[in-house]
Amino acid sequence: MLGQEIKKLVVYTIFLTIIILPMLGFTGGAEFQAKRAFVVLGVGVALLVLNLIVKVIRSHRPLPEHDQPSITERIADRLHQIPKIFTIGPLLLAAVIFPLVANNYMIDVGITCLIYVCLGLGLNIVVGLCGLLDLGYIAFYAVGAYSYSLLNLTYGFSFWAALPIGVVLGMICGCIIGYPTLKMRGDYLAIVTLGFGEIIRLVLNNWDDLTAGPNGLFGMKRPPLYYPAFEEGGLEMVTYYLTSLPGLFYFILVIVILTTIGVNRLDKSRIGRAWIAIREDEVAAELSGVPTTWIKLLAYAMGAGFASIAGAFFAAKLSYVNPNFFLFMESCIVLCIVVLGGIGSIPGIIIAGFILIAVPEVFRELEGFRMLAFGAIMTTMMIIRPEGLIPASRRKRELHHRRDEAERGSK
Amino acid sequence: MKQDYGDNILSLEDIHTYYENIHALKGITCTIPQGSIVCLIGANGAGKTTTLLTISGVESARRGRILFEGREIEKLPPEKIAALGIAQSPEGRQIFSRMSVLENLEMGAYLRKDKEGIQKDMEWVFSLFPVLKDRHRQMGGTLSGGEQQMLAIGRALMQQPKLLLLDEPSLGLAPKIIEKIFETIQEINKNGMTIFLVEQNAHMALTTSDIGYVMETGRIVLEDDASALLENEEVQKAYLGE
Repeated sequence: MLGQEIKKLVVYTIFLTIIILPMLGFTGGAEFQAKRAFVVLGVGVALLVLNLIVKVIRSHRPLPEHDQPSITERIADRLHQIPKIFTIGPLLLAAVIFPLVANNYMIDVGITCLIYVCLGLGLNIVVGLCGLLDLGYIAFYAVGAYSYSLLNLTYGFSFWAALPIGVVLGMICGCIIGYPTLKMRGDYLAIVTLGFGEIIRLVLNNWDDLTAGPNGLFGMKRPPLYYPAFEEGGLEMVTYYLTSLPGLFYFILVIVILTTIGVNRLDKSRIGRAWIAIREDEVAAELSGVPTTWIKLLAYAMGAGFASIAGAFFAAKLSYVNPNFFLFMESCIVLCIVVLGGIGSIPGIIIAGFILIAVPEVFRELEGFRMLAFGAIMTTMMIIRPEGLIPASRRKRELHHRRDEAERGSK
Repeated sequence: MKQDYGDNILSLEDIHTYYENIHALKGITCTIPQGSIVCLIGANGAGKTTTLLTISGVESARRGRILFEGREIEKLPPEKIAALGIAQSPEGRQIFSRMSVLENLEMGAYLRKDKEGIQKDMEWVFSLFPVLKDRHRQMGGTLSGGEQQMLAIGRALMQQPKLLLLDEPSLGLAPKIIEKIFETIQEINKNGMTIFLVEQNAHMALTTSDIGYVMETGRIVLEDDASALLENEEVQKAYLGE
């Protein structure tokens, strides 16, 4: 036991040395900065040694009688027990206060987080509930963004008039990718959706007359709010464009709240049940009378619709879009949010959205090391907690019953 | 000779089904009388499962007619066929493993709106398979093989079908559990439900059924009363191992 652990320690140390020394040693110039690199390596190795010591101590303690649930699982359990008002209330309060105390940079990051939460919730319908792996999800976000941009720039549509059109266009695109892939699953579906995502991006990049190609579109109006005002000529509607960051933050916060309510409703509905049945076993769902064709298309359409809303907001907020905002990497990040949060779990996705968007910002100082840290966190998460941060209650119950089973078996 | 059992609830007329270019069913003709248990036996790959999937509409027949209560159904999608009153418990216990037992049964009643009727049928399924009641909160995937089979049959019963299609209910189960399941099948049949059973376990199937069909490489090669098939020398040699 000890020998094996020591062997592991040596292997990990060599691995860390290979990665950390060149990466941190040569930032910014050809000169090797020994101090910085070795300090980080030292911290890494110290952590490994500490881990070894803890393991050795633990192995000397007698095993607990019952298999204790892990601490995060217990926290998740607790969270499910507390009445919703106590968990959601403070969260909302924090979200409302946040723009008042944070600086502009933080608010901007916060807005990006919320946009990605919205995307994650939408993708959760396709991946989490219906079980269809979609690697080109960002395409629908692009459709939403470009719909608003073009409608606003060409025809002067306001945000509110363009939004439903963008959502419908997004849904149509969802069905376009959904229909030919109805009989596909898993790897094949992933490849087709990946291709679709790239097609949309390439079209946006190359259709110069319509989309201005790689230069992108700019000058879109911000989302307007209307309020009545009493003037000389009587009642008049005044248009106020949300230009300040806190204003935009509250705006996307409302969108996220509405999205959450919508997705939650869908999850618990008859349609949500049908999606889960398709994910579990398509033939069995078909035999139970679920019209799988329509229900799957609906999943694509709904997912695409939510992405379009986020896209339209994104274009309006930035007043600028170009095809490079919609790279494959973005699809990956959204998928990571869904997986990291716990497939099918709405609170998990909200938290993961914040972590995955905010953590790279926190690590900005690490420069080249930043994406590595991001990758390391993802990998570690998937190893120690494959079911996600806050597993959906369905998954959790399953694990819970496994434990029950084991206990019954041992009696 | 086959006895006359009255009206047929289902009849297949010269059904041809293909998987891409593979000719899986080469002209199946058979009839299922109202209120009977009919079994279809045959070796692996004979086309038994394909026959059931073609009836349910999951696979579509390229040629031929399927009449259910006198109505042509071969062009209908699976959900329409399910709504007409044909339920299938699929092969290999395809239950929804990450749904609870209760949710699985509720999925069976997906097309139904009559809450009281659903509740009544739920009680009935629980009385047929009491073990499901004990485990109604447990995830489907954590059940044992026999329990999963019971759940698959229970789910099909929740559709309140007129015709129940069972695909290999004995697959991979212990002899004792197989016996229990076949007893329940007979009990369900006594309630007035017509049952079409596909089995490799020829002995068990034929002793339970009224009529038997023997299938070989996409064709029906023998049909008779089940009791007569049990006595048939060819059947004994090929399927009963005597």
